Parts: sequence; structure tokens; C-alpha cells
Amino acid sequence: MPVVEQGSSRIWHRRTRNESLIRWFGWLLGVAVFVVCWQRISESTTWFFVWDAPRIANDIWTRATPPRWEYITQLGRPIWDTLNIATLGTMISLVLAVPVAFLAARNTTPSKLFIRPIALLVIVSTRSINSLIWALLLIAIIGPGVFAGVIAIAIRSIGFCAKLLYEAIEEIDHAQVEAITATGASRWQVMAYGIVPQILPAFAGIAVFRWDINIRESTVLGLVGAGGIGLQLSSSLNVLAWPQVSLILLVILAAVVISEWVSAKVRGAII
Amino acid sequence: MSHRELDDMLGTAWRKPHFVANPMLRWGLVAGFVAYLIAAFMTIEVDWGRVYEGLDRGAQFVLAFTSPDFVSRAGDIWEGLLESIVMTVAASVVGILISIPIGLGAARNIAPMPIYLICRGIVAISRALQEIIVAILLVAIFGFGPLAGFLTLSFATIGFLSKLLAEDIESMDRVQAEAIKASGARWSQWINYGVQPQVMPRLVGLSMYRIDINFRESAILGLVGAGGIGATLNTAFDRYEYDTAAAILILIIVIVMALEYLSGIIRARVQ
Repeated sequence: MPVVEQGSSRIWHRRTRNESLIRWFGWLLGVAVFVVCWQRISESTTWFFVWDAPRIANDIWTRATPPRWEYITQLGRPIWDTLNIATLGTMISLVLAVPVAFLAARNTTPSKLFIRPIALLVIVSTRSINSLIWALLLIAIIGPGVFAGVIAIAIRSIGFCAKLLYEAIEEIDHAQVEAITATGASRWQVMAYGIVPQILPAFAGIAVFRWDINIRESTVLGLVGAGGIGLQLSSSLNVLAWPQVSLILLVILAAVVISEWVSAKVRGAII
Repeated sequence: MSHRELDDMLGTAWRKPHFVANPMLRWGLVAGFVAYLIAAFMTIEVDWGRVYEGLDRGAQFVLAFTSPDFVSRAGDIWEGLLESIVMTVAASVVGILISIPIGLGAARNIAPMPIYLICRGIVAISRALQEIIVAILLVAIFGFGPLAGFLTLSFATIGFLSKLLAEDIESMDRVQAEAIKASGARWSQWINYGVQPQVMPRLVGLSMYRIDINFRESAILGLVGAGGIGATLNTAFDRYEYDTAAAILILIIVIVMALEYLSGIIRARVQ
């Protein structure tokens, strides 16, 4: 009853009494959980360092400025590697994601009972593990270098691309598929002429979108040894060469902004 | 394709229309792409001998998934996971609380120009800097431990959530908000009764999604010393203890799946 009688006047309330009680209890529980979490964080923090932080931040800032501009001559190759990791990784992942997406979409999967869950598992498991962890794993398996970065980005992107793509496949217009089927087309011909033209714009959009994200991710893959500009970043950090670190951060920032701009332009042209 | 009469086209075979209509642009894109691919493949150095040697270890790792070892490092895994969860919860709460006022400020139809510019600036900075890079800087400033991870995730949450919240507020229905204003509501009442109910479902959905992302990110912050399960995972890889690493990865995947399932239920309920 959202209207409460108080004496002779009737006052409107947004919620009934029970609803507000449940809400208050929920908030109380939430605050309690947060306080417990905060306590754990605070226990494992050395507070002396935190009170000291402004001085340290100021110290790092004075060391890092101005950036060492001459160092940019050594960054050409790492940037090229970063671009390659992102681009080749995206391409490999798209090649792998297309069959997974067709197996995962409800209207194209050969078997809803057996194959679809496997495809969904592939999507979830590749998506939920960060590319840095994939890189860590691949470095242990195939050794450090650009190749490990390419494969790490490729595996990480399968889930993302396949998920968006299978959602696009599930939303296609069925009438077109039926029209192609009615001409006597085989299963593959139906796919090529009935389904693929409908999802092609979505596919191109997903590819560019993921490429943009991959540029961001590949800039830091070098921190674990998988090639690219992150390698320079981690070696500069290790020798505390802060002017180089600040230059590398500026370059990464520029790369991220440019890739976002390119992807926005291309997606704008497609859609 | 220009319009032609049906009579002209009778007898000629149908040809599939191309995705990029302009032939110059199409062949230019193809040629540029092929040239890039050749250049990229020329510069990637793959040590196939090393890859071949590593395949053995790769097979071992895949096999480790069939017999993950949850027991022998149970203490470390539990500690790391708990720290990751604690960081995720605390950072999500703080991040969401801060991103609501910033989201309000970054919506053009609510905020005056100077506040709009400041809030958009904060969003842009937070989105351009990557989690792992922010984490490196914060670890350098605040010292090792979950506090740096907590601050990193909060900072990243602000950029993500404020931007999407602001976009949602900008596309809200003006009529409802105006009706509340016409009843003589104060500014706070106007936000609370006119704007908030319209954006709440999406805000809850986005918050759940961000919690999911925060947990995934918290799994890698340990690589740079910002607390969480990442440090344990890194150690497991370094010591080639694939069964422990597999156990950790399985736990991460299971938690992410559970979070996704939970957020699906919650989103279905609020919408």
C-alpha cells in the first residue's frame, strides 16, 4: 500500500513498508560486505607508504619530465611489432571465430544438444581469461617473442568475436534464407547466399572494433615478454629510466587514440 | 549498381554484388592489405624449432586441465582468489559511487558547460589509460599490495560507467523529466524522480557487467604486484606447475561464468 493514512491526511510513498524494510536490509548487507572488504585491503597495506605517496608521486613526476624525445628513434620497430600483433592476431581469431559462431548460433548449429554447448564453452573460456595470461602461458610453451603475442591475442579474441557474431547470426531475417532454400540450394549455398550477405556488415564492424581493442592490449603484452612496445616499457621500468617511460606512455596513448579514431571512422562508413 | 531494365538482364548470368561497390577502392584495399601482410610476415621471426620443442609442454598443459591440482597449493590459491574478490567488490562499489555524479556531469542535457567539459575530460583520461599501466604507476607510488589494485580498478570503472551512463541520460525521454519539473520539484527531486527511474535498469545492468570485467582484470593485476590471484598464477607458470595453473584458470572461468549467469538474472529482473 503506497498510500499511508496519517490521521485524516493521506500521504503518498514510493514503496510499501515491507519493500523499504527489505531495501534497508539489502543496503545494510552491502555496506557490511564493503566494510569487510575494505578492512582486508587495509590490513595488507603498508600505510606509511600511502601517507608518503604525494612526495613519491612528485618525485616520479620530476624524474619523468621532460620525456627523452631522442629515444623515439628506437621505438619504430616495437610499434611495428605491436601493430602486427594486433592485426595478425585479429585476423587469425576471425578465421577461428567464424566456425565457432556458426556452431553456436541456434539457427545454424548442427546439434543443439551436443555441439552448441561445446561452442559456448569455447566462447566463455577464451573470453574470461585475459590476453596477458594467455601470453604468459604461450611464452612458457612456444618461447618469448612476437609470435606468442600474436597467438595470445588470437585466442583471447575468439570468444569476443564469436559471441557478437553468433548474436548477429541469430538475428538474421529468415525469409531470405527460406527463399534461397526454395531455389534448391545446398546447405553450403544457403550459407553463402542466404546468411553470409546478411551478417557481412556486422562481421566487418566486429573485426574493426576488436582490432581497436587489440591494439590497446598488444601495447602491454611485452610486459610479460610477448613482443611489442611493452617490452621497451618493461626494460625502461626495470632500469628506472623514467624519461623513457614517459615517452613510451605518450606513444602508447597516441596509438590508442589513433586506433580508436580509425575504428570509429570505419564503423561509421560501414553502418 | 545502376538500375537496368529486366529485359536487358535476361539471358545474362546473375553475379553477386560486391561488398565494396567502388572497384578502384576495392582493389586498392586488397592490394594494400596483401602488401601489409607480406611486410608483416617478413618481419615476424618465428623460431620453429623452439615452437616444436614447446608443443610437448603445450600438450602437458592441455592434459593438466583433465587433472587440475586444487590441493597442493590450496592455501595460496585461496588467499589470491579472496584478495581478487575483495578488490573487485571494493573497487566496484567505490567506482560505481564515484561514476554516478561524473556520469550526471558528463550528460549534456543536465550539466552546464564547464562541468560537462571537466567530467568528459575525466572520462577520456580514464578510458585512454590501460588498467595494467595505471597499476604499474600506482604500485610505484603506493607500494605493492591490493590497495594499488583497488585504486586501479576504481579508476577504470569510472571511465567505463560514467561514459555509458552519460550516453543513457542523454538519450532519455524528456517528457517524464519535464513533468516532474512542472510539479515544482527541486533539482535533487527532479534527478531522483524524473531521471533516475529511467536510467536505473541500464545502470544496474552496466554495473553488473563492470563487476564481471573488474574480476577478470583483477586476475592480471598481480603480474605487476597489485595484489590478487595473478601473482599466484604467474608463480605457477614460472615453476611449470601446470596442474596448479590449470586449477586457477578453471576457478577464474567458473567465477566469471557464475557472475555472467547472475548478472543475466538480475538484468532480466530489473528490466
